[in-house]
Amino acid sequence: MCLGIPGKVTKIYEQDSTSMASVDFDGVEQAICIATTPEVVLGQYVLVHAGFALNVLSDTEAEETLKILRDLQEFNNRLTEEDQTK
Amino acid sequence: MTESPTNLRDASLTKAIMAEIRRITTQAWNIMEICGGQTHAIMQYGLDQLLPPEITLIHGPGCPVCVTSLQAIEQGLQIACQNEVIFTTFGDMLRVPGNQADLFSARSQGADVRVVYSPLDSLKIANANPDKQVVFFAIGFETTAPTIASTILTASKSGIDNFSILPANVLVPPAMHTILSNPANRVQGFLAAGHVCAVMGYHEYLPIAEQYQIPIVVTGFEPVDLAAGILMTVQQLESGQHQVANAYPRFVTREGNQVAQQIISQVFEPVDRQWRGIGTIPLSGLGLRPEYANFNALSRFELSETPLNESPLCIAGKVLSGVAKPLDCPAFGKDCTPTHPLGAPMVSSEGACAAYYRYHRTRE
Repeated sequence: MCLGIPGKVTKIYEQDSTSMASVDFDGVEQAICIATTPEVVLGQYVLVHAGFALNVLSDTEAEETLKILRDLQEFNNRLTEEDQTK
Repeated sequence: MTESPTNLRDASLTKAIMAEIRRITTQAWNIMEICGGQTHAIMQYGLDQLLPPEITLIHGPGCPVCVTSLQAIEQGLQIACQNEVIFTTFGDMLRVPGNQADLFSARSQGADVRVVYSPLDSLKIANANPDKQVVFFAIGFETTAPTIASTILTASKSGIDNFSILPANVLVPPAMHTILSNPANRVQGFLAAGHVCAVMGYHEYLPIAEQYQIPIVVTGFEPVDLAAGILMTVQQLESGQHQVANAYPRFVTREGNQVAQQIISQVFEPVDRQWRGIGTIPLSGLGLRPEYANFNALSRFELSETPLNESPLCIAGKVLSGVAKPLDCPAFGKDCTPTHPLGAPMVSSEGACAAYYRYHRTRE
């Protein structure tokens, strides 16, 4: 139920006075209501649940998280190498 | 699959995080993932098997289909069986057992029960069928609440008066209080449900972490997200901290989506709600505010009180409150399977029993 699928906004439009967007989920386009994410712009990723965009992806945070985790990966690789050379 | 900043399924990165968890773990810890979607992802990717034996994941009550009360299901069945009604619901609800019947069997008896992807689809059906009463089974956590609230606002604005909801929405923080104040509680750290927090933020968890001295880490749903959430919880447990941390910052901020929160509180207010298998939790549900009370299906139909009978074999309540695991149930995989479920956790794509069944977990 709380599954949220990220997709990329490819079009923004009004339908029956409701804010809508076309959202691309890896090749499948779906009409999604963006009433709760009025700030979204073309090309951004949104988290979609039950036909609504619940939030907009922060690119900077996504990169930052990956960077921290990659650093951790390197750290662990170094530990393993050190173990093996002992 | 195209590369996107949302694909966090890198196996080597997941393994590196798991290695770090093994490196820092010095004693046994019980961590609860609240959300049933996370339970399924953990089982699907076998993450529980990659963790050191000291770390036990306890599956939480975050399966809306599972915790929807038997009374609400019986009310839904009664409404669905009325002549002038089109009863609309998320697909997961169809097989959830009521006293004797489920919505699938009601449909086979002639009830007009339709599966929708979004509550907005339900509103479209209402618009296309002005001579029918269209009812939406409003289940779900804070993730689903803004979609239902927004649909009611649209219905209200457009003057669609043949649409109503059967209100059954529930809230996460009161359930955490219930789990933590249970004397049998074993949970020492929480993975908070990332998508609930995408809507609500995580400021509501700060007093819980403080009151119960327990770390709470907002966690996403990809393997890398889940591993990172567990790591951040273990780091706190090992160093004696109890903070609210965010391992899912690409979609979650402290304050959450304030537009969505405003829409929820415009339409709904907190009410006491019964959770299947757990009991009534004070102020743990969302009921319609008086201004929108005309959208409550319960006031549109005459319903009779029915006695409520749960299967005596099913241990869903214990599974949902983290006291037992699906494999502790003698009916698991024998009397209870996804096609013939005795309890809701075997039905839903977020139910812990269904996750164990689907991903072939055997007795450990």
